[in-house]
Amino acid sequence: MIEILSSPALNTVQDLGRFGLRNHGVSTSGAMDPVALAAGNILLGNEEGAAAIEVQTFPFRVRFLADLGFAVTGADSAARLGEMALPPWWAGSACRGQLLTLDTPRQGARAYVMLPGGVDVPQVLGSRSTHLRGGFGGFAGRPLQPGDVLGAGRTEIVRAVGAVPPDCALEPVVAQEPGCLGLRVLRAGDYDLFPPDAQHRFWDTCWRISPQSDRGGYRLSGPPLALERPVEMRSYGLVPGIVQVPPAGEPIIQLSDANTAGGYPKIATVIEADLWRLGQARLGSRIRFVEVAYAEAVAAMQPVRAYLDRLARLAALHRSRSAPLH
Amino acid sequence: MLLRRSDVKRYIPSSALERDTGTAGVTATLHGQQPRVSLMGTRSVLFEAPGAFELAQQRRIWALADAVAGWPDIQEVVPGVTNLLLIFRTPPVDPEAARAALLAAWESLPPKALEGRLIEIPVVYGGELGSDLPAVSAYTGLPPQEVIRIHAEGEYTVCALGSSPGFGYLHGLDPRIFMPRKSVPSLHMLAGTVTIGGMQTGVSVATGPNGWNAIGFTEIAMFDPARDPPSLLAPGDRIRFRIARVEL
Repeated sequence: MIEILSSPALNTVQDLGRFGLRNHGVSTSGAMDPVALAAGNILLGNEEGAAAIEVQTFPFRVRFLADLGFAVTGADSAARLGEMALPPWWAGSACRGQLLTLDTPRQGARAYVMLPGGVDVPQVLGSRSTHLRGGFGGFAGRPLQPGDVLGAGRTEIVRAVGAVPPDCALEPVVAQEPGCLGLRVLRAGDYDLFPPDAQHRFWDTCWRISPQSDRGGYRLSGPPLALERPVEMRSYGLVPGIVQVPPAGEPIIQLSDANTAGGYPKIATVIEADLWRLGQARLGSRIRFVEVAYAEAVAAMQPVRAYLDRLARLAALHRSRSAPLH
Repeated sequence: MLLRRSDVKRYIPSSALERDTGTAGVTATLHGQQPRVSLMGTRSVLFEAPGAFELAQQRRIWALADAVAGWPDIQEVVPGVTNLLLIFRTPPVDPEAARAALLAAWESLPPKALEGRLIEIPVVYGGELGSDLPAVSAYTGLPPQEVIRIHAEGEYTVCALGSSPGFGYLHGLDPRIFMPRKSVPSLHMLAGTVTIGGMQTGVSVATGPNGWNAIGFTEIAMFDPARDPPSLLAPGDRIRFRIARVEL
């Protein structure tokens, strides 16, 4: 078990999301960086989608109430166990009473803390993810607070092992310019409603992620994309990554906690393979949309999958070569 | 994805396929307009019906939702307001086949009638929690009391649930009190707020950002994760709003 000592705001228990209830209006929730969550779980021998703590405000500090394994992945948050600095993307074990501290990331936005067997919270409607607006799932349906005590699915310690983070292991997929993250998108259904000058601005602008952004969506600042005349759309189901343009003209990228439906014109969709990069983009940072063909967008998931599969093989090998610890 | 062109024949009545002259040749016309089928990323396809926001169209959407739920490799089927989002487990090898199958099914399926329950929702109109009532009044040119009377006299049908847990998209709003969504959403609207957004009305179910116009408030719980089903409303249900109090 671990006790939360410091958790400033909006740090939650998340798994890979809650699916199959969009027709009840239940958004998927789930980790903003699913690759980091899966990788951390793989290091511990967990199911890829086991529940973990998503840390997006710092300093985050926990005390171990028993000897226990753990993993830290995602944003490089200068994690340390007691006074000992940990490498990024690392799994190891803590002794009872030791403190694990994550500080404001040097890079990235969200860190993940995994426990053996996953963070032990009840499944609600098929998932352990926190549904913040609905107030259910995760730990009591709310963000973590100092004093909260969380259990692990398995009380075990693990031999130390690390992973190469995906932004090192995976080739950059689009030409990245300094200070502007390139994200691959497919056009969405209403792209052609926008006049040519707005279409050009959509591609040419290095959009700034506004401070009014969160797990629900990133609001982008930049030159507005006006329609020739306003269109009143009927609400339609949507998926994380869709880029909508409200009448004021500044796009919103809908993300994990987005409503399941909306009525704003849809101009594009960030492809699934790049959502984890977006989940690590910080408020105030800049992004650019890069159009890809459908086949390329489909193929883009393959390197991500291959990265996790390779990690799983290496982690299994590591475990099989380690003498049993208990 | 498992759905291929060859699969289309297995799922669509042959009468519908006789019109198929290749993927681009599938036409579906209604009042001279075609449905729109578009990709949303690699795994989702959105079908948008043509024509007005009418219950007849929504019944065809309900029928389409039933049919596509049995297609191979479908993860989720999400009916919206005269539209349908189809989410596959894996990206379709040939999204054009999905488009063709959707258009063919739309043309061939009989509408599905749903006979739901009648649910009454008590509303405190106006006041702090219905703070956009003056704006609706100004936009429609009707006195606030008249906006309230028209809203509470209507009977509404639940077309679909979506947006937030348990939120029902309702058909039946009187065109006299249509009001466009806000250009900049309210960032903190309370759960239970009774709203008008375009040609729809609804009850917000979760506190947070909302682009619809607040005209009142109700304390009825629309969603409970411990309940089965968790939502109070279901597609096909009929809703009446009762005036509990008016605050002007």
